[in-house]
Amino acid sequence: MKQLRLSGSGGQGVITAAIIFAEAAMSEGRQVVQSQSYGPEARGGASKAEVIIDDAPIYHPKIIKPDIVLSLTQKAADKYYKDLDNAEGLLVVDEDLVPNVPVFANVIKVPVTRIASEQVGKMLFTNIVALGVLVKLSKLISFESAEMSVKGRVPVHTIEQNIKALKLGYDAV
Amino acid sequence: MTDMKLMQGNEACAAGAVAAGVRFFGGYPITPSTEIAETMAKILPSVGGCFVQMEDEIGGMGVVLGASLAGKKVLTATSGPGFSLKQELIGYAACAEIPVVIVNVQRVGPSTGQPTSPAQGDVMQARWGTHGDHPMIALSPWTVRETFDAAVMAVNYAERFRTPVILLMDEIVGHLRENVQLPAAENIDIYPRRCPSKTRLQGYEPYAPEADLVPNPADFGTGYRIHVTGLVHDYTGFPSGSPAVTEEFIDRLHKKILLAQDEITHYDEFFMDDAEYAVVSYGGVARTAYEAVRQARAKGIKAGMIRLMTIWPFADKVIRRNAESLKGILVPELNYGQLKYEVERAAGGKCPVKLLAKYNTEIFVPGEILEGIEALKGGRL
Repeated sequence: MKQLRLSGSGGQGVITAAIIFAEAAMSEGRQVVQSQSYGPEARGGASKAEVIIDDAPIYHPKIIKPDIVLSLTQKAADKYYKDLDNAEGLLVVDEDLVPNVPVFANVIKVPVTRIASEQVGKMLFTNIVALGVLVKLSKLISFESAEMSVKGRVPVHTIEQNIKALKLGYDAV
Repeated sequence: MTDMKLMQGNEACAAGAVAAGVRFFGGYPITPSTEIAETMAKILPSVGGCFVQMEDEIGGMGVVLGASLAGKKVLTATSGPGFSLKQELIGYAACAEIPVVIVNVQRVGPSTGQPTSPAQGDVMQARWGTHGDHPMIALSPWTVRETFDAAVMAVNYAERFRTPVILLMDEIVGHLRENVQLPAAENIDIYPRRCPSKTRLQGYEPYAPEADLVPNPADFGTGYRIHVTGLVHDYTGFPSGSPAVTEEFIDRLHKKILLAQDEITHYDEFFMDDAEYAVVSYGGVARTAYEAVRQARAKGIKAGMIRLMTIWPFADKVIRRNAESLKGILVPELNYGQLKYEVERAAGGKCPVKLLAKYNTEIFVPGEILEGIEALKGGRL
């Protein structure tokens, strides 16, 4: 069983990224559950999305111990890195939005929001850049599966930019 | 079977309703049920159906009753606050025998509560939310795939018994996405709405019951006369003040469901063959309970699980039969204690029934329910 938690604030698209990741894993024949929790606000407020991947049916729908935590805000990083296993867990943070990186054995800093705004053209693509990072680091799904899943889930006129974002994230780590 | 899809519980609910023949949705969106309205708005126009967003939940309930009387299979969806608003018209549907499915994706209450967080606090409101003596059917699914099946069943039962049916979901399953393979359309059983069995000359009476105690009033616009009222009425559909008519009417409303109770009581039993302790669970919580029971078995505890899909009418026989051979029952609920008291009543003192309540917006983790099972076994609950 593998457990991924994507965290940030409402509007950053962590739920969409988690759905795409889960769908790609499903397309490779895995069992998945994807859940989320967020506040009543449409934007702002804490947002958290989870993906569990296994070969057997999954019952309890929430993560007990994450393998990877992605955090796109300082608050989310501070809150969720503690759930990771000290030896095995991996924390991935946005280099610019998480200035005070928690003291933790395995931390990877990636400028996902900067890549999205400067290289893709809009901060809007942050979540797909982050998705590319997670695809590479998790080794759970192929780039091709992620690409197919992105194409099916984003608006048609944004496919090109989203695939660019996915590649840039994948190549950033 | 169709292709494997990643589907959300709320999407599966909408898909199931449409598969069962629902062609009219009226409602007012509310978290955590909004995706049901969104999905219905997307699907219905393409299958010749109609989607109406009304001014509020009461309007949403009224418009589906009108559409149902005009012959459509109908659905409305809401959460706790909207469910409260719909109660008066749910009673109207029970009295006037109008087929309708009301989905309640439960969230933390009372009032506006915690809009995005899961709870199971509307179990009793589903049963007794509307006033007066009335039967109720409520189904509570635990997986996304079962949500599809439950939606199909809910529509079928609403049509077959001409009664409101509550699809009592929770935020856990409503917002969960998982692998789903839906059945092919030809493998889905659909209950077609019945037509009057007699013409006016043959003595058509809209509310005269058939052998199953369910009447076949004509749909509006089909050439028959029909009068619909929330007052107690005789077979003509017009009000009656007669004690005899009233007694027969209230009896019939209940008996038409009770006659079929065994058939509409859906549940699972896991590891119950040699179980000494059982967890009775429903909805999204059952997923965690299942995990906990497996962990208890791994520790050598003879634990089992009864998972109720049909919440109302309550599965008295299932609980009573099992209670005979059990040393204790644990009922974990995301509320202050609701279905626990039904389990206790049905167990009839054959074994102790204990509550594990949680109401802080978080769902149980398996370890908490496992501890509950151990505490039950150790007599510490």
